[in-house]
Amino acid sequence: MKILSKTLNKINIFLENNPKITIYFPQFLIILVLTIIISYFSLNASTNMAARGIETGFAFLKNKASFDIQFSLIEFDSNDSYARAYLVGLLNTLLVSGIGIFFATVIGFFVGIIRLSTNILASKVAEAYIEIFRNIPLLLQIFFWYFAVLRLLPSSENSLILFDFVFANIKGIYVPRFVWTNFNFLTYGLVVSILAIYIFRFYSKKKQDLTGVQVPTFTTSLIIFVVINLLFIIIGNVGLSLTYPVLETNRGIHNYSGGVSVIPELIALAFSLSLYTSTFIAECVRAGILGIDKGQKEAAASIGLSKSQILKLIVIPQALRIIIPPVTNQYLNLTKNSSLAAAIAYPDIVLVFAGTALMQTGKAIEIVSITMLTYLTLSISISLFMNWYNKKNSLTER
Amino acid sequence: MQSIIELKNVNKWFGEFQVLKDINLQVSQKEKIVICGPSGSGKSTLIRCINRLEEHQKGDIIVDGITLDANTKNIEKIRSEVGMVFQQFNLFPHLTILDNCTLAPIWVKKKTKKEAEEIATKYLEKVQIIDQAKKFPGQLSGGQQQRAAIARALCMEPNIMLFDEPTSALDPEMIKEVLDVMVDLANGGMTMCVVTHEMGFAKEVADRVIFMDEGKIVEEKPTQQFFNNPENERTKLFLSQILN
Ligand SMILES: Nc1ncnc2c1ncn2[C@@H]1O[C@H](COP(=O)(O)OP(=O)(O)OP(=O)(O)O)[C@@H](O)[C@H]1O
Ligand SMILES: [Mg+2]
Repeated sequence: MKILSKTLNKINIFLENNPKITIYFPQFLIILVLTIIISYFSLNASTNMAARGIETGFAFLKNKASFDIQFSLIEFDSNDSYARAYLVGLLNTLLVSGIGIFFATVIGFFVGIIRLSTNILASKVAEAYIEIFRNIPLLLQIFFWYFAVLRLLPSSENSLILFDFVFANIKGIYVPRFVWTNFNFLTYGLVVSILAIYIFRFYSKKKQDLTGVQVPTFTTSLIIFVVINLLFIIIGNVGLSLTYPVLETNRGIHNYSGGVSVIPELIALAFSLSLYTSTFIAECVRAGILGIDKGQKEAAASIGLSKSQILKLIVIPQALRIIIPPVTNQYLNLTKNSSLAAAIAYPDIVLVFAGTALMQTGKAIEIVSITMLTYLTLSISISLFMNWYNKKNSLTER
Repeated sequence: MQSIIELKNVNKWFGEFQVLKDINLQVSQKEKIVICGPSGSGKSTLIRCINRLEEHQKGDIIVDGITLDANTKNIEKIRSEVGMVFQQFNLFPHLTILDNCTLAPIWVKKKTKKEAEEIATKYLEKVQIIDQAKKFPGQLSGGQQQRAAIARALCMEPNIMLFDEPTSALDPEMIKEVLDVMVDLANGGMTMCVVTHEMGFAKEVADRVIFMDEGKIVEEKPTQQFFNNPENERTKLFLSQILN
């Protein structure tokens, strides 16, 4: 008994002196157990499949896919490989997530700030918006926009026409395509103007440090941007023309061609993902702004800072620290939720690769693991970025 | 002597509740006054009205010859001449101690960074935490944070300093280091209004002590008289409680 308690004691002391072990040991255990389980099952699976004569491996990726994908950012037809189908699916997932993240952020910040407004009507409207779109299941919202709204649009020949150049019908929404001449000059202009703004910011900061003079940074940056880009457009003779979608009839089938078409599946999915996630982002924004102690604003006011200076120097920098980590989490959720695409047949990675390709090839283990790995990589890159950001910006405490 | 702060019949309500009732008070240049009284008597509200962190509804407040009203320009001018120290320090946690101190000189007084840092260094030396200048508020002890907050206020080189229970959130062993800084400041000739229950401090530096109860100034006397022969019953009760 004595020896036992003595050894236990020793272990305790050892652990206390090496806190890192106590932190990492459980994680180490979990990884170990997971590895054992996974190797057991995959070993099992491969022996079983070998016994039934199913070949394993990733060679199938080079095979001809021989199916069509309705919507693709890169050229794709049925002669292309499974690997290219994977890429099409991945790009479509990234596209809808990207659009969703952009609009969810814009709407979320807007609604979150309105929610805090002293105007009771505005604040109540924002609250109602949040409650409605947060509490209806996402899948239902996708169905609503897809089946109850976009599927009810008229057929091609009776399209709804907005401003004479946007055509909405059951096959999607058609907008004019931008055709640029000397487009590269516009790119140069953009790069040069951003560089110029960067340099201007650097020098105005330096000037303030040295002379105390404050330059209105935002207005000046805007002027620099507009002037430089205009110059490049004029010098480079940049031209823009639009090709409008036109209704064509081919053997009795009406279709628009010439413009850019956005399929209704993409619209419904991007729309629901944006609205749904924006409610969570709005709550993060609200919490971030409310999370700043009233004393901070009072202290800033007491040393003579003006309202806009308090916002710029005290409130926003502190609120962003609180807001950004949970918002990044929402980005992760949105990316994962985009896999609901399968429900309305938007060709994302799950539908194209883990769906069609899997059915055709029967390579369940390979395809599912590639797909899972893809999502894992996306998530891990977002969270690595978040960790890095947090570390960089976290408040230094004792 | 000419008064630098003047309150005439000041009244203030929070909704239905009247916090300040007909307050009349004059503070002369270089005078030090201590305000005490039971919790909820309106002490904080009173000194917060002096730099208009709170708005009064009736009466006049004149600081350094400027009447406080809805005119924003005046408010910012007043605030850069009146420093304030809070119970909870309220340092900006995302800025170093040095940046906390240079912020207002740079953005309000339009000083160069070098000038602002010279001023900050001077006052951080005065409150004896110049060695902490590059640290963030979260890395400092309560006493050090409060001294940094005093330095931040001093960097605007104010004529008047307001203190709202500057030592109430501190552990006993840190109270002295903050009070020492305040005594030092008082000896340097600063006009000071201090809400505090540190009667030792009051006896040492105050010219006058003001006792408030239920939104009214109940007793206002030179320090010696205030402690030796208070007239009002509530003052007597309060003193007997706080001194024992
Ligand atoms: N923003 C506010 N809204 C409503 N009532 C308030 C507000 N601020 C203070 N009060 C009330 O006004 C009264 C006086 O408050 P004040 O903070 O001035 O008291 P105090 O004398 O400083 O008390 P303490 O010693 O507790 O700090 C209290 O009853 C308080 O509840
Ligand atoms: Mg108080």
